[in-house]
Amino acid sequence: MLTLIARRLLQAIPTLWVVATVTFVLLRFAPGGPFDDEKKLPPEIKEQIEAHYGLNQPLYQQYYHFFVNLFKGDLGPSYKYPGWDVQEIIAQSFPVSLELGLWALLIALAIGIPIGTIAALKHNKPAETGLMGVAMIGICLPSFVIGPILLMVFSLHLGWFNPLGWSYASDRVLPAVTLGLFYAAYIARLARSGMLDVMQHDYIRTARAKGLKEQTIVMRHALRTALYPVVAYMGPAAAGLISGSFVVETIFFIPGLGPFFVNAALNRDYTMVMGTVLFYATLIIGFNLLVDIIQMWLNPRTRND
Amino acid sequence: MVALLEGLTTLNAKTMAPEPGAAKSWEISEDGLSYTFYLDPNGRWSNGDSVTAQDFLFSFERILTPLLGAPYAYMLYPMRGAEAFNNGELTDFSEVGAYAPDAHTLVLELSTPTPYFLSLLAHNTWWPVHPPTILKHGTMTDRISKWTKAGNFVGNGPFQLTSWKLNNEIYATRNPHYRDPASVQLNGIHFLPINPQAEERSFRKGHLHVSSTVPIHRLDWYREHQPDSLRFDTTLGVYYYMLNTAHGPLADVRVRKALAYCINREKITEHILRAGQQPAYHFTPPNTGGYTAEARLPYDPELARQLLAEAGFPKGKGFPKFELLYNTSESHRALAVAIQQMWKSELGIEIELHNQEWKAYLSTREAGEFDILRASWFGDYDDPNTFLSLGETDNGNNHTNWSSAEYDRLITLAAHTSDIEARKVIFQKAEALLLDEMPVIPLYFYVTSRLIAPSVQGWYPSLLDNHPYQAISLNVEHPTSNAQPQN
Repeated sequence: MLTLIARRLLQAIPTLWVVATVTFVLLRFAPGGPFDDEKKLPPEIKEQIEAHYGLNQPLYQQYYHFFVNLFKGDLGPSYKYPGWDVQEIIAQSFPVSLELGLWALLIALAIGIPIGTIAALKHNKPAETGLMGVAMIGICLPSFVIGPILLMVFSLHLGWFNPLGWSYASDRVLPAVTLGLFYAAYIARLARSGMLDVMQHDYIRTARAKGLKEQTIVMRHALRTALYPVVAYMGPAAAGLISGSFVVETIFFIPGLGPFFVNAALNRDYTMVMGTVLFYATLIIGFNLLVDIIQMWLNPRTRND
Repeated sequence: MVALLEGLTTLNAKTMAPEPGAAKSWEISEDGLSYTFYLDPNGRWSNGDSVTAQDFLFSFERILTPLLGAPYAYMLYPMRGAEAFNNGELTDFSEVGAYAPDAHTLVLELSTPTPYFLSLLAHNTWWPVHPPTILKHGTMTDRISKWTKAGNFVGNGPFQLTSWKLNNEIYATRNPHYRDPASVQLNGIHFLPINPQAEERSFRKGHLHVSSTVPIHRLDWYREHQPDSLRFDTTLGVYYYMLNTAHGPLADVRVRKALAYCINREKITEHILRAGQQPAYHFTPPNTGGYTAEARLPYDPELARQLLAEAGFPKGKGFPKFELLYNTSESHRALAVAIQQMWKSELGIEIELHNQEWKAYLSTREAGEFDILRASWFGDYDDPNTFLSLGETDNGNNHTNWSSAEYDRLITLAAHTSDIEARKVIFQKAEALLLDEMPVIPLYFYVTSRLIAPSVQGWYPSLLDNHPYQAISLNVEHPTSNAQPQN
């Protein structure tokens, strides 16, 4: 297993290099530059500013310097926010996104797995249709619809939560639910089909024949295998939850990394785009590796591969 | 920023007249070319250091040094030698017209008498920075420096920077060393960079005192339920369409006029914008530096059709297809659709709408690859020059390809005229010429719309949207703190 981890980590290096290069090239071919604005800068002042950031050098040199600095662990200064370094911004805002993502993941699992399991056990009964219908709605509704609806009901009308911010424990609830619902619905579907599949297996029939209680069969024997597709989905889901929280962070005014990531591209904040893209790419690779390890642990057959 | 630093003069919150700031008093020479400022001896930086004349000299030298690349350095150009130093012709700062005979006296010499000089000094380009702080975190001209961070930053304003979390919150608290502590009434200010929807929700819950704007779809609700909270103030900003006068039929002034004359601006401000914006029949917003344009462009679809026919396109026949470009936004689109309709129904002209994301739009505009594009301009200072200089041939923000020697002459003449009334006459001529040539189609003048809690006192209308925080107080105990999401 250790060889596999080592191999995967080595594979990550060329992947990240390709990601960085493609981002670098795309960014420089995008029209407009970081210092363009409604009021145009006098050309000599723009030159001075670009010289400060090394943008007056030939592109290949900028590319080279980027990697030299990257190996030193320096992502450079943000162009949009003078005085702030990219890694400083990531360090300040990522923990917030991470926390939001983890709460959302927890909600997704806590809602998704029971719903999917129950639906599978009530196969072809009205309960299944009802639960899966709800799940389908959850998948179809984007967070920019769910978010404002939850806000309107639970914050503005009922007054249970603050309409925005990230200061109190209760501020976590609405954003995490908004972000988690989509994944909950998807996990419910995966858990259901996994469970349906497992319940046909011979060993379940054997367990039933032994006279075990249905509850024991499900919890002890079926669930572990049934969750296999859910676990496989966890890697992309976790990465998606943590990196894709832009909309939710904007709706609820949460100081996470999402808005920086998106706005950096719009602002042509070159260093910030490179920094956040590489950061997220590393994160996604890391999560996928983690999921592979969990899968191996769940399924002994793959352990020795 | 207005809370954290202070220039030689400040502006009265109500009248915008210059008042003593870091300078307690001043003398002006008879020819109006020399100003002697006596600094307030109580003036202190937020770390307790005295505010000295040398601090100002350091700050002026810093902003004018070409290496720093300060975009607004030109605001200091009335000072003798400032322009030459800024573009590198002068390299010795002691030759610039700024001296410090002693620690609390500052002499500024001007190249031409500038009647609005005292007001200009209140602009942030003239504010001092704390030299030891700048030098502790780098050299004088480093752009990439940590001196602005909370904990590092030292200012001389009524408030000090307590915390700054990017895209989250700036928190300023009372500066205990401020020269006039009694004038400051708020204990602290939270600045929150929130999007308009979230901001409005937060205001409705009573968590904010002042909002930066109001979402259009909520305006009617506030008009009906909380009219006292809703505030519209005129501001120095114009929304206009820029015409590329080098492109096809737009080279013909009759076509440009036809396009401008058939737009029903009242309909736009009343039914689309709905926040009290003023229809624009000229380019410079009314009452800019006491000047209001006399020239008016008419709303006259009949005349527009006639002009178009004279230009060879009766009822729009044979008019080539052209594009209207705007940067991606719902509100720009709504306006563009309305105008597309008006041009179609009134003139029989078909246009295509085209939108681009902000930076792409700027790059297209710079390259001149457009027929018509949406633009806006906000005044940097309260004087018609900040608007009318846009029409100059070599102005970097004039992308219309329109050029008029007479217009350029008038703007230069105005710059060299110190008599206020004579200047206004020149600007009137320039504006009339601009409307007669129509390289731009003014559409409306901006207003700021805000939600302001009834407890907030001292928030006065301001053309430049300048609201000194010393003037503001809260007249009832409020459970949450003040927040105002702009600088």
